[in-house]
Amino acid sequence: MAATSAKRWRRARVIDVREVAQHVRRIVLEPERLEAPAPPGSHIDIGVYVNGRADVRSYSVVGMSGYGTELVLGVQLARQSRGGSAYMHNLRRGQEVSITQPLQNFPLNYGKPGYVLAAGGIGITAMVAMGKALKARGADYRFVYGARSRDLMAFLDELVPEHGDCLDLRVDDEGSSLDVAELVAGVPVGGELYVCGPTPMLDAIRSAWARAGRRPADLRFETFGSSGRFAPEAFTVRIPRLGLETLVPHDVSMLEALEACGADMMFDCRRGECGLCEVKVLDVDGVIDHRDVFLSDDQHRAGDRLQCCVSRVVSARTGGLAGGDGRPAVVSIDVP
Amino acid sequence: MTGSTSPASIGRPTGHAGFRSFPLNAWYAAAWDHEVGRNLLPKTIANRPVVLYRTTGGRPVALADACWHRLAPLSMGKLRGEDEIMCGYHGICYDPDGRATFMPAQETINPSATVHSFPVVERHRYVWIWPGDPALADPALVPDLYWNEHPDWAGDGKTIRVNCSYQLIVDNLMDLTHEQFVHGSSIGHDALSESEFTVTHTDRTVAVTKWMLGIEPPPFWKRNLQDRFPDYDEPVDRWQIIHYTAPSTIAIDVGVAKAGTGAPEGDRSQGVTGTVINTMTPETDNTCHYLWAFARDWCLDKQVITTRLREGVSNVFFEDEQMLEAQQRGIEANPDYDFYNLNIDAGSMWTRRIVQRMIDAELGSDVGAVSDEAGHAAAAMTEVTGAANAELPGDGGTGQAAEVAGGVARHREQPTAGLMGRGL
Ligand code: FES
Ligand code: FES
Ligand SMILES: [Fe+2]
Repeated sequence: MAATSAKRWRRARVIDVREVAQHVRRIVLEPERLEAPAPPGSHIDIGVYVNGRADVRSYSVVGMSGYGTELVLGVQLARQSRGGSAYMHNLRRGQEVSITQPLQNFPLNYGKPGYVLAAGGIGITAMVAMGKALKARGADYRFVYGARSRDLMAFLDELVPEHGDCLDLRVDDEGSSLDVAELVAGVPVGGELYVCGPTPMLDAIRSAWARAGRRPADLRFETFGSSGRFAPEAFTVRIPRLGLETLVPHDVSMLEALEACGADMMFDCRRGECGLCEVKVLDVDGVIDHRDVFLSDDQHRAGDRLQCCVSRVVSARTGGLAGGDGRPAVVSIDVP
Repeated sequence: MTGSTSPASIGRPTGHAGFRSFPLNAWYAAAWDHEVGRNLLPKTIANRPVVLYRTTGGRPVALADACWHRLAPLSMGKLRGEDEIMCGYHGICYDPDGRATFMPAQETINPSATVHSFPVVERHRYVWIWPGDPALADPALVPDLYWNEHPDWAGDGKTIRVNCSYQLIVDNLMDLTHEQFVHGSSIGHDALSESEFTVTHTDRTVAVTKWMLGIEPPPFWKRNLQDRFPDYDEPVDRWQIIHYTAPSTIAIDVGVAKAGTGAPEGDRSQGVTGTVINTMTPETDNTCHYLWAFARDWCLDKQVITTRLREGVSNVFFEDEQMLEAQQRGIEANPDYDFYNLNIDAGSMWTRRIVQRMIDAELGSDVGAVSDEAGHAAAAMTEVTGAANAELPGDGGTGQAAEVAGGVARHREQPTAGLMGRGL
């Protein structure tokens, strides 16, 4: 059920666009055909236009509306970006877009003794339908939703009445920040924890889960592949063997920058999962900000390789190195 | 998931389960040398029916296996004279160039009576044919498989007709992780999936290198090493170095040496080396001919070892064959699903990319042409967004247009700091 689906593209009409939290728009699409309702945890791929170039982005399906014929998405506008999210925010009612059928990489397993759903920020989009499905089945669940402040939290108006006491809001501004150890401890034995949120949150939960000796397969998560420990900055990447050097702007991935300067790069998932875009790190002046979920913590610490579709490098100062100055980072790598 | 990039790479459809195309402008091994003689050998090569035979002068010939007259297979006819073939239906005869030399019931030869004669080269014990444009058939492009007939090597091999796309065999040979699981009883070893490998590539080749140092040899290699060093029962250094030449030839340099005797540095005097020679020829989109051989550099005078290795490798390949045919059925039974490509698939992903570029070049299409799916999306989006962007108020529209010049997609989403991140 969760094998990788072959994508089938179809047209869809934009039915509604409205702001549901700060920088978050709820976008309703009506596909020209829909073989089956979108299962909880699924996403669609959508053709977008970025810098005049056709590209593809993935967005979780928040739920179905209309008579089950419409797909609801939630899209946060990424700051400093004129990328896919800007395109999505510019959609207007009546416009046509190209999308795939709902694709499933993050299925909900039914029949477990207990569930905890943990959403961070815009990660809520992957969780809304799961919460609904668990409630409908009468499952034993808790729904934790964290963010920095309340005005950033989309879909509260439907989540609060729907989940009542099962909903546990954690808002940094209000002093009720998410406690990762407590979160993990709250998952009953044999139960599952579903997580979608920014990388720091996911990393913290993954380590807490491992420390607690929990079964890895019971932690279910989906990655952003887009947020790291540090704000992205421009850095220089060199491939000495090929005599290539290029600057990676703050809003371009290392993979894209390398391709643009003529390196023949291998990749597939482009979200830090598959391990195909791995490059060998020869030398780094700065600090590596690993953003993938392919390498282990030990491999991250070793720092001799990185997944260039998502991971970046920051200056020694940004990375907190003693005596580090603010010179932009430089990384030397080798590629297959 | 929000705002992350598509799992499918735009313009790189090659990692897909449905990828099963092949270039035509390439040499493919049609048969072993000894299979082509004064007999008519029908084969389908790259979806083309071909009949192979040898002239009395010893030259191999490959003609289209369909008579110009009414498409009866020439392979049902017979050889005539020194180098001709006669159709078994109405008797038209053709020479090695495919030109008619005899027509029944008329005194002339119809000037358009010809069948296609494929370029043929016999080299390294295989008869190679070129299904594509004959003008491009350069014999220098035949993959170098010298081990098959070199005095420093001894070996033999077989042909297997496999019910799977040739690409699945390429994938299989480029990925030796599977040995641990598919060939556990012979050449498999836990160290295989645990040890690191490196991948390099050029325009037409890919190499994957894996060394396993100081390991217990698996049974197959223990026996081989003992051919040379009968008393040796200690750990070994083992290597697997895969050399791919596009589109479908793979020579794997394999072997073991007494551990710590310098094999990784190039001194293999305390070891045994084999070359697994593999060349796959697409028969149809979903089937192929797999010609393989195993050549060794030790005990060259022992025919019994040649036979033992040929039969041993044959058994190992039977395990692959079963898995690959089942995988092909799996692909066909799941048309709605696709591969998820992993780091261990890197070697195969490079071969697929190189093959795709060869196909693109043949079709005259842009190497960077987008895949069906992204193409569909892109085409649709061009109309749709062209219109939409035109309506956008100043900023958004000009901003996007202005960045086109940069030529780099800028779509990393906003970073975070702290558990919840900055933007959240
Ligand atoms: S492309 Fe999959 S990890 Fe980078
Ligand atoms: S582990 Fe590779 S196909 Fe299943
Ligand atoms: Fe195998």
